[in-house]
Amino acid sequence: MKTFVCIKYVPDTSEAEVKLNPDGLTVDDSRFSFDINDADNYAVEESVQIKEAQGGEVTVLSIGPKKSEVMIRMALAKGCDKAMRVEDERMYGHDPLMVAKVLAGAIKGQEFDLVLTGCMASDDWHMSTGVALAEELGVNHASMVNKVEVLDGKVKVNRELEGGLLESVEVELPAVLTIQTGINEPRYAPIKGIRMAQKKELNVVSLDDIGVDPAAVGADASGIELEKLYIPEVVSTAEYLEGEPEEKAEKLATILHKGGLL
Amino acid sequence: MGNVLVLAEHRQGALRDVSFEMLAVAPKLAEGMGGEAVVLLFGSGMDDLAKKIVNYGVKVMVVDDPVFENFNAEIYQQALSALLDDLKPKVFMTGHTAQGVDFMPALAIEKKLPLVADAVGLAFEDGKVKATRQLYSGKLNAVVAFKEADTYLVTFREGAVEAPDPSSAGSVEKVDSPVKEEVSYRKFVEYIEAEVGDVDITQSDILVAIGRGLKEDKNLPLVEDLAAAIKADIAGSRAATDAGWIPHDRQVGTSGKAVKPKLYIAMGISGAFQHLAGMKGAKTIVAINKDPEAPIFSVADYAIVDDMFKVVPKLTEKLKELKG
Ligand SMILES: Cc1cc2nc3c(=O)[nH]c(=O)nc-3n(C[C@H](O)[C@H](O)[C@H](O)COP(=O)(O)OP(=O)(O)OC[C@H]3O[C@@H](n4cnc5c(N)ncnc54)[C@H](O)[C@@H]3O)c2cc1C
Repeated sequence: MKTFVCIKYVPDTSEAEVKLNPDGLTVDDSRFSFDINDADNYAVEESVQIKEAQGGEVTVLSIGPKKSEVMIRMALAKGCDKAMRVEDERMYGHDPLMVAKVLAGAIKGQEFDLVLTGCMASDDWHMSTGVALAEELGVNHASMVNKVEVLDGKVKVNRELEGGLLESVEVELPAVLTIQTGINEPRYAPIKGIRMAQKKELNVVSLDDIGVDPAAVGADASGIELEKLYIPEVVSTAEYLEGEPEEKAEKLATILHKGGLL
Repeated sequence: MGNVLVLAEHRQGALRDVSFEMLAVAPKLAEGMGGEAVVLLFGSGMDDLAKKIVNYGVKVMVVDDPVFENFNAEIYQQALSALLDDLKPKVFMTGHTAQGVDFMPALAIEKKLPLVADAVGLAFEDGKVKATRQLYSGKLNAVVAFKEADTYLVTFREGAVEAPDPSSAGSVEKVDSPVKEEVSYRKFVEYIEAEVGDVDITQSDILVAIGRGLKEDKNLPLVEDLAAAIKADIAGSRAATDAGWIPHDRQVGTSGKAVKPKLYIAMGISGAFQHLAGMKGAKTIVAINKDPEAPIFSVADYAIVDDMFKVVPKLTEKLKELKG
């Protein structure tokens, strides 16, 4: 089994304050901590588990800056075999269709049975890249996968639908699967793996190196244009309980008790 | 003419909510572009479903073909590829759902058409179709404009707008199925229903819900104590179920359960829209989160901006005291 796993270096904005740069079109990301996208972390684990069961090789593929190499090395430490990082300012990152074209360019010409991606990136929430990538590569796909069973020449996967309902689907290989969180238990990188990861191949390439025409994946090639960014107001009608933690707890307890909410 | 074509989604015999919600957006958008909203329905024996939609004053086009029995992205793409050529809508939209996200990006690549995914708003402004979408845990909004193209593709978020009330009677038209090729490389096998656990959280009166803010499972007793003190059941966000802290059937949200308890106490939950969709119907909502910008506060009745590890033990203690 030859697998590619596509991963993205994303800011953790669950607890951070988001601020715009003066241009209004970019975010001040200087204070964010970055790490692997949540769903991609599960995709890495799945690719390693498939390799452990079936044999083969896993290549990590990521588009991102130099500092994302910490994340790539971590995937290598967990058992992926080699990696490729694409860095090129000319790609229009706001359009997942452009991103998919770049990923496809990096994969084309190499043999593969499976490409795994996360089903969604937690920064821009498109849920589009994996399925677009499949079309670019001219192979089958299934999205939002939370179980993979490798059969002869095909995979049987569970797709997660709404409300906890699942759909079992068979897809012939080669195929792209977009992986949903919770599919497995991502491992911690073993110490030995971390040491070995430093020696594994990590190729850094530009669009020219992978034969992708920059004009075909740039802002002008995209059919969409980011017009503006703005911070939505959190409109809350809530009653905010103030004071020290203890006072807040007391106030809430009284409200719940007296208000007959219990 | 600028028509807006809407693909209605249905599963196991029922139309999905997003199919109606899009009717709050599509007719207005079409009007701005001097066109009309047309709803497309794929399936076999669609008469009953078509009747439900036609009451919204739109034209419904039914493509009646047994190949649509169960969703298959490849067949949908094949059909839509042909229908877009025929109907030439200015906008083609469907739900940003497990179904919509499984074929729209591929269709966009095949037809070389622009796509905006997960739109929460859609309007015709200054001669352009513009979509609003969210980024960064819902803390940032983006307005994205389409550049000139034959058709703009959009997947629209479920629950982003309210469905309109039925208006007047529209018309139903049957169209021939454009599906020519059987698909052998992707097959629907079966539906697998959600697991049933020991507690049905949709029936609970009080829910104490935890999220990633719990940090690790050794902190669970904190929540269990509170739940025991007020006879609540424990539920949580997807982050809490993914981490294995609580069973999957306790997950609240679009891919879990929709709950309507009398009291919902959310702690360490940011309030991603997928989570809010499952709990905003609760009668009273308490949110405890140390991030004042957390979207969970937008649906809360009582808000505590603080560290749950400092607040919750005191809360439990005080509640026990009050109950005597
Ligand atoms: C297709 C799809 C379906 C999904 N379905 C669902 C679903 O059904 N239900 C669901 O919940 N999610 C769902 N999600 C995931 C969703 O997008 C979010 O990732 C998830 O809800 C985040 O969970 P969380 O709020 O627990 O974690 P986070 O977003 O990481 O938030 C953690 C919060 O805890 C707070 N916090 C941290 N420490 C403390 C502390 N000591 N005291 C107080 N607060 C603290 C932080 O400020 C933060 O706001 C789905 C995602 C996808 C892609």
